[in-house]
Amino acid sequence: MILTLVEAAGAAESTHAAETSLETLAFARSLGEAGGGPNGIPVRALVIGAVADVEGLAAELGAHGVTEVLHAVGDAYDAYGGACWAAAVVAAVRETSSVVVLAPGTPRGNEVLAHVAARLDVPMAANAIAFESLSPFTVTRQVVGGAVLEDMVLASRPAVLSVAGHSWTARSVDGPAATRREIAPEVSDADLVARVVATGERVADASGSLKSASVVVGAGRGAGGPEGFAGVDELAKLLDGVVGVSRAVTSLGWRPHHEQVGQTGSRISPDLYMPCGISGAIQHWAGCSSSKVILAVNTDDESPMMTRATYAVVGDMHEVVPAINEEIRRRHS
Amino acid sequence: MRILVCIKRVPDVGSAVTLTDDAHAVDARHVGYTVAAHEQCAVEIATRLADGADGQSGSVTLLTVGPDEAVEQLRHLLGVGAHAATLVQVDPKALGPADIAKEIAAVVAAHEAEHGAYDLVLLGNDAADSGDFQVGVRLAYALGWPVVNGAAHVETSADLAGRVRTTHESPHGTETYELPLPAVVTVLEGGVEPRYPTLKGRMAAKKIAIETRTPAHEPQGSGRLRMHVPPPAPSTVEVLGEGPEAAPAVVDLLEKLGVLR
Repeated sequence: MILTLVEAAGAAESTHAAETSLETLAFARSLGEAGGGPNGIPVRALVIGAVADVEGLAAELGAHGVTEVLHAVGDAYDAYGGACWAAAVVAAVRETSSVVVLAPGTPRGNEVLAHVAARLDVPMAANAIAFESLSPFTVTRQVVGGAVLEDMVLASRPAVLSVAGHSWTARSVDGPAATRREIAPEVSDADLVARVVATGERVADASGSLKSASVVVGAGRGAGGPEGFAGVDELAKLLDGVVGVSRAVTSLGWRPHHEQVGQTGSRISPDLYMPCGISGAIQHWAGCSSSKVILAVNTDDESPMMTRATYAVVGDMHEVVPAINEEIRRRHS
Repeated sequence: MRILVCIKRVPDVGSAVTLTDDAHAVDARHVGYTVAAHEQCAVEIATRLADGADGQSGSVTLLTVGPDEAVEQLRHLLGVGAHAATLVQVDPKALGPADIAKEIAAVVAAHEAEHGAYDLVLLGNDAADSGDFQVGVRLAYALGWPVVNGAAHVETSADLAGRVRTTHESPHGTETYELPLPAVVTVLEGGVEPRYPTLKGRMAAKKIAIETRTPAHEPQGSGRLRMHVPPPAPSTVEVLGEGPEAAPAVVDLLEKLGVLR
């Protein structure tokens, strides 16, 4: 049996599964199909806490190959906490005799699985992108911010792994709605100590908008200083996008950290990313490689960003970007 | 406040990565080593908390489970204001994240028996090289303490009465936790600006004796078979032009992509 932790999209009590959870289900289904039998190994989903429309969610998950949805309910899940969510996962693993447990490689997914692995005293593989073999169960996962891959054996059962965001594509199948089962796992007082006590409004222009933006205009060391962002700020506005910057820029204090794209900043996946004056170090590439189209502007046409981009303009961002802005204004005034 | 900060010596990778001959680590001979940004921020947070809003003087102890050369990273961070440092001498390739957590827990127990209880153990949110996302949580289970991951801001104050408050941005909004001490907190870059060592700090750091210990447990290992660098995709970049003259071609593309209406 394969169990997948599914997160709801966005706000609490959403009726839809998050895209990264649907991607994780694609991985789980592929694993189930490889696992043998005429119908493969069934994939179950675990949903934790209040869901506005659990029937709708079960239909959506059924269309992503889930046979049964376990829904953990109870006061313990009113607020998120790694330990109490892990208690639900462990209960669901026992209930379903699961041999593999997956979660999306999101902050919560990785956190909950770390608790699960610690409780069951088994290894955990973070950010898997593929499985290499079933016996011994071997997965390939991202390390060094995705610049390096590692083959890792998960010898214990259950095998615990998270699936790196955007490494799989969610794909629906012609399946019936998943059946539903409510579970009310016992949660100890100790598991309720570390829970979210308050959730505030997202800070305006913070990393949240960067992660969901369809256009991101990037700026790096090439900006030259804190006053060197006027062009990219205007371009972002003209494209109804947001500005993202490299680590060099935030380290130098030119722009705030919440604008940082990279391994220790935000990981973005816009339709268009326009890095200007960014060389494309691994740290940065880890955060922007999921962009659908990359249009780079840089003086060095041999920099990693310029060779890995979809499109490139060779030149100084301080000359190129204002010219682009001018051309947009001319055509769209 | 008595605070322990766990740090890791990691390769300072730039734009290309090569692996060691056994394919079990990044070859850092030509790029050097560093301490990841998350952990630099953890040290900064610890230094500020130990200085104490409550007027009580505290201490910051650094810990690394790694090779002898990691003394270099401990020395650097002693220079920014930590008071003591411990190295557990291991071959890092032989240990997995569960092993590291056990070694840290053993040092916490030994230090507490000798010097008194810790209030807080800080770690980075995830290791920059092995990316395991689990050492802090496993440590919390070994110690029986509560844990929160990915904190950008960490505060303790008199009105919190023996609790620690952490906040970070998430897709759900700004999330706040309050945990009773002692606790384990893993830190995400962004809430504080790590300071650089001063000359005075560096000179003082040289005089601090670094404690060395041998591992307390037989390692289980990491399960790693090999690392590999994905082959670079051949460049398929289409150059739209050079300099400001490329602007019309760029705007044509923006229109084609539908990002300009």
